[in-house]
Amino acid sequence: MDNEVKLHGFWPSPFVYRVIWALKLKGIEYDYIEEDLANKSELLLRYNPVYKKVPVLVHAGKPISESLVILEYIEEVWPHSPLLPKDPYERSVARFWINFATDKGRSAVRSLFWGGGDGKKEAAEQMFDFLKIIEEQALGDKKFFGGNSINMVDLIFAWFACWIQPMEQLVGIKVLEPSRLPSLHAWVKNFKEEPIIKENLPDPERLLAYYTRLTSNLVSKPT
Amino acid sequence: MGEEDTVILHGMWASTYVKRVELALKIKGIPFEYVEEDLSNKSALLLKYNPVQRKVPVLVHNGKPICESLVILEYIDETWPSHGLQLLPKDPYERARVRFWAAYIQQLLESMAKLFNPDHKEAQEKALEEMYEKQRILEEGMREFFPEESPNVHPEKLGILDIMIVSTLGAFRAQEEALGVKTLDPEKNPLLFSWVEALIQLPVVKEIIPPFEKLVSLLQFIKQNGIKF
Repeated sequence: MDNEVKLHGFWPSPFVYRVIWALKLKGIEYDYIEEDLANKSELLLRYNPVYKKVPVLVHAGKPISESLVILEYIEEVWPHSPLLPKDPYERSVARFWINFATDKGRSAVRSLFWGGGDGKKEAAEQMFDFLKIIEEQALGDKKFFGGNSINMVDLIFAWFACWIQPMEQLVGIKVLEPSRLPSLHAWVKNFKEEPIIKENLPDPERLLAYYTRLTSNLVSKPT
Repeated sequence: MGEEDTVILHGMWASTYVKRVELALKIKGIPFEYVEEDLSNKSALLLKYNPVQRKVPVLVHNGKPICESLVILEYIDETWPSHGLQLLPKDPYERARVRFWAAYIQQLLESMAKLFNPDHKEAQEKALEEMYEKQRILEEGMREFFPEESPNVHPEKLGILDIMIVSTLGAFRAQEEALGVKTLDPEKNPLLFSWVEALIQLPVVKEIIPPFEKLVSLLQFIKQNGIKF
């Protein structure tokens, strides 16, 4: 009872998946609570009054919010099967890419998928430029961002493994083209085939249906 | 670490992000060389060290560059753990709380930056509202964080939240002068206000706070010319 781990989540959320993967990769037992974001539970509002969002990890009754904060917490409390390098310099490089994905990645995604119709081609090129930097400088020759095995950086970039595809279909623009981004494309395949990851992936059909509903409900979403 | 450690900080005198790192290094008593960058004419070194973002601050430790201020702060704390103070608490849960609020203060800074985009009056009003709301949430959050009335500011006990607070809000008077509007109200935010006032009295902070007039001029220039930073 004392050391119970609970995760409040929402099935389409890539932020929630990051935490699910971290917990499962480290073999940590937890209870999962699916939140209806249109009707948030009392508990969620109490645990995350600032953002009222998922994921929220609750460990021994104490809540932690924000996926990156949660991942660092998990890494510190359960240091086996490490998700960050041991060396402080290597860690800083990993955190740099995590920060870059969070900062630039998010705005690139927003412009492309939620922006107005006119700027789409330009937004797609911007997204491509972002992905090219990732491919050349973050991934390089490695199989995974973490080297021979997955680490936290892979979990953060996983958005491009599973969530970009339904978006591409909806918008009608393919950004992650194998000819233009060969290493990244290979990484997507390798990531999804990894044990534990492959048993814990969102259903692509379900995701597409979800995003279709979401975008059809929006006449014009402000960026 | 060893005697041969070379630590160089590439920065810009008015940058909030650079101040965070400067302060962290000074708090921990880590000797470093400071290189002032002209952001309109970035040095070849800066572009070599930070090719992706081309920004300051960049910390170069024994020739290896570290970028992104919060990443640098974590690096400093991990690399020089026994050097004076720990910037982050030891307990993982407390560390999580500090990281959460450090990220929130960063969001507050981003809201404040919007005040300097001279779009139109409505955008300005909206930006102000957004900033006040974030300050309100921060005030409330910090009240829970500190069981006593106000944060106990002690030069021996400074941590990441102190660094984030003073780098973000420490120059509030210059900001108010440049904008003509209150950016830190002691009545709405007594805890934040008293915390900032206590921090800016510390000698280590006085060493890094940019000169008032110079900063006001820069902020006015930024506002007039719509420079995004």
